[in-house]
Amino acid sequence: MSRSSVMPGFRPTIGFTLLYLGLVVLIPLSTLVFKSFALSWDDYLHIITSKRVLSSFRVSFSTALAAASIASLFGFITAWVLVRYSFFGKNIFHALIDLPFALPTAVAGIVLATIFQPSGFLGKLLLETFGIQVAFKPMGIVVALIFISIPFVVRTVEPVLLEFETTMEEAGSSLGATRLQVFTKIIFPNIFPALLTGFALAFARGVGEYGSVIFIAGNIPYVSEIVPLLIVIKLEQYDIEGATAIALTMLVISFLLLLLINLLQLWVRKRSGQL
Amino acid sequence: MNAITQPLYKDKIVAQKRALQDPNWVKWSLIVITISFITLFICIPLGLVIFQAFSKGLTAYWSALSQPDTLSAIKLTLIVALVTVPLNTIFGVSAAWAITRFDFKGKSFLTTLIDLPFSVSPVISGLIFVLLFGAQGWFGEWLMEHDVKIIFAVPGIVLATLFITFPFVARQLIPLMQEMGNQEEEAALSLGASGWKTFWAITVPNIKWALLYGVLLCNARAMGEFGAVSVVSGHIRGLTNTLPLHVEVSYNDYDVVGAFASASILAALAIVTLILKTALEWKQSNR
Amino acid sequence: MSILLTDISKNFGAFAALNHINLEVPEGELVALLGPSGCGKTTLLRIIAGLEHTDQGHILINGDDKTDQNVSQRGIGFVFQHYALFRHMTVFENVAFGLRVKPKRDRPSNEIITKKVHALLDLVQLDWLHNRYPDQLSGGQRQRIALARALAVEPSVLLLDEPFGALDASVRKDLRQWLRNLHHELNVTSIFVTHDQEEAMEVASQVVVLNHGKIEQQGTPSDIYDHPANAFVSRFIGQTNVFDLENHESDWLQSAGLLSQGQKGKIAHVRPHDIIIEKSINNANTLATLKDWQHLGALIRIELVKNGANKSSDASIFAELPNDQFKDLKLVRGDKVNLKIRHAHWFH
Repeated sequence: MSRSSVMPGFRPTIGFTLLYLGLVVLIPLSTLVFKSFALSWDDYLHIITSKRVLSSFRVSFSTALAAASIASLFGFITAWVLVRYSFFGKNIFHALIDLPFALPTAVAGIVLATIFQPSGFLGKLLLETFGIQVAFKPMGIVVALIFISIPFVVRTVEPVLLEFETTMEEAGSSLGATRLQVFTKIIFPNIFPALLTGFALAFARGVGEYGSVIFIAGNIPYVSEIVPLLIVIKLEQYDIEGATAIALTMLVISFLLLLLINLLQLWVRKRSGQL
Repeated sequence: MNAITQPLYKDKIVAQKRALQDPNWVKWSLIVITISFITLFICIPLGLVIFQAFSKGLTAYWSALSQPDTLSAIKLTLIVALVTVPLNTIFGVSAAWAITRFDFKGKSFLTTLIDLPFSVSPVISGLIFVLLFGAQGWFGEWLMEHDVKIIFAVPGIVLATLFITFPFVARQLIPLMQEMGNQEEEAALSLGASGWKTFWAITVPNIKWALLYGVLLCNARAMGEFGAVSVVSGHIRGLTNTLPLHVEVSYNDYDVVGAFASASILAALAIVTLILKTALEWKQSNR
Repeated sequence: MSILLTDISKNFGAFAALNHINLEVPEGELVALLGPSGCGKTTLLRIIAGLEHTDQGHILINGDDKTDQNVSQRGIGFVFQHYALFRHMTVFENVAFGLRVKPKRDRPSNEIITKKVHALLDLVQLDWLHNRYPDQLSGGQRQRIALARALAVEPSVLLLDEPFGALDASVRKDLRQWLRNLHHELNVTSIFVTHDQEEAMEVASQVVVLNHGKIEQQGTPSDIYDHPANAFVSRFIGQTNVFDLENHESDWLQSAGLLSQGQKGKIAHVRPHDIIIEKSINNANTLATLKDWQHLGALIRIELVKNGANKSSDASIFAELPNDQFKDLKLVRGDKVNLKIRHAHWFH
């Protein structure tokens, strides 16, 4: 069974790994499934199809989609600039990209809320000059999720751009392609699968995000209430069944979406000769 | 969250190649877009934490931090990290060893399972422990009878944090050890070294930077986790509030200085993590 | 079309990669840029292509100054060392690329493109692979596709960077011959870069020897072999024995008959086949001893050590004889021999 008979420690390490995985992850996670068996199908449907739950799903998924798209666009530009150009202070910007990974979400939450609330320094500016209110609206959720998404996109695209064979670009130019044609026909198709991965990671994270969102969202039912918050509210009302049903649904939808995106990626890679 | 194998920038080489040069207006507009984007979403928020924390002066900042509730939140945060980080580190090393040094059925499935907590919403990560140990949970009655408190107590916080930070160390080690191969270890074993000796003398020196980075990320998340902890903690001031929860409570009480003073500690932790990470990257690429 | 380079220089920081290069390539030639690694040959090729800026000087193709023209406008065909095939495109799309990116008014119709691409793939004998991706091809196949792709735009000149560098020895042999034939067929002015003198001599109609960013010599392969312009070229092309008269070898060389033609420099370079070996009859006053020999096929390479000469220059001497002549001599290791130098190149 083991690859090489010389290497020691298979039994203890695999044993501990499986035991620990079971205790910390699998058993707790499975309770979600078993607990929801206690619900009848009608009860389940009743919970899930209530107007408040449905609109929270709509809010969560649409804001995560918007944020992941915006972050993909700007994340791609950022990765491009960091890999291809040099300018003063680049290394600092490069290091700062990971801040959303390292900064606790609650801190991000209160900071973004403070900046974008109508009396905040950017919130005021946006409200007075463009009449746009960001905080306490779905737009606020999008802003918070963009913050969370940045490193996912940049850090997946960046290594692929670094590895990218620039002679392909030279070959394109030598065959008469303009710089724009080189970008759209050679660079972008090769980077696209990585961008899609970054998008998927950002989207998956965005759907489940809680800490950075709740301060800026305003949490108005039917308008800016996200699914994770609704789970917390149900829990606080001791509505364990409701919380479980919503949580399981969200988990399943997230997994299905990830699966879909993985399949899409496989298809893109196959189509572009990378498999 | 890639392994820290990012190479140094090749921009000097690229800049010399005529065919790879973008028109100047393109280059500078993209640089301006990038700088504005990062400034707006990262630099301003970071600066604001500091600004708000000290908005009422140094004394107000200091008194906010020295409140008993804040101090106990700091203490609890440290305790949680002290328990979870070593446990997940041992797990990470052991899982990476089993997965990269042996072939067995279901290996890639196991690798997927290890990543599972990454794709679970923090709130759900908290919820599952409530379902297990809460008043209406599987073990709820038994725990009640024996007067053991897990939910709304420290053990629940530790468990939720364990779940959330579960993959960090393993995630860093598996790709690295896969790439490394086991030839060096086999050589050591063939020279008569024991398994333990081989691990400490050969494996650990090779993986130490990735290990350190994994521990760093694990620690940052353990100290900063909010959603999962928020569900299981019950927000009991002075007892089950970690620092991130304390930030929330203070903020909701309109105690701006208090909230941002606590936030500044967490932000400092994040910055230290980033600096160490950058230093590790430099070390790796200059090797 | 002809290529004319005038006074090309290129510095990378403090390093002078190219130093006042002047070069003329007449129409229809197949030219090898030959030199050791770091001599600037690839940089020169990239400057001709427009992939690199030149610090000074001019590039004229068919009399037109192309110095400031971008690579995409220059109308050259470039075959990259590692081919740089577009990984995300099929073989067909790779070859079609140059036609598809033409401005609308110059772009051929899809039908013409299809026809043309298949014709090119036929030319490189790989039409059956048109649906594959580059990752699914062998090195030799990729090389030929890269060539077909460069030819699709009907370039005025074809530039190849180490075209055989990344290939197995056996594939390399075949492709050399093939490239030479293809050039005869198409007659497009071509320049290729190589560090392998054998390859340059075998394929090119003209060889340009470069060293330290300067042209050492330009000429036909026989010119370069038979009349090396300087010691560097002589040593770089083919094998040669170096005799330094300042090293007090004159007595020995006198006996070997070298100086009978007169001393025309301080250093004499002697090709192995210009040394005649005679078996000594009485073993007295011999010039050299046979140390070893190797079978090279039609030729035998003999390694000799000088007899009696001072030990300051005891490098082996190499001579080459046809197989049958060597057999007639019936030599074994350790035999004393006399030798005669027929011809030498003299350098200062």
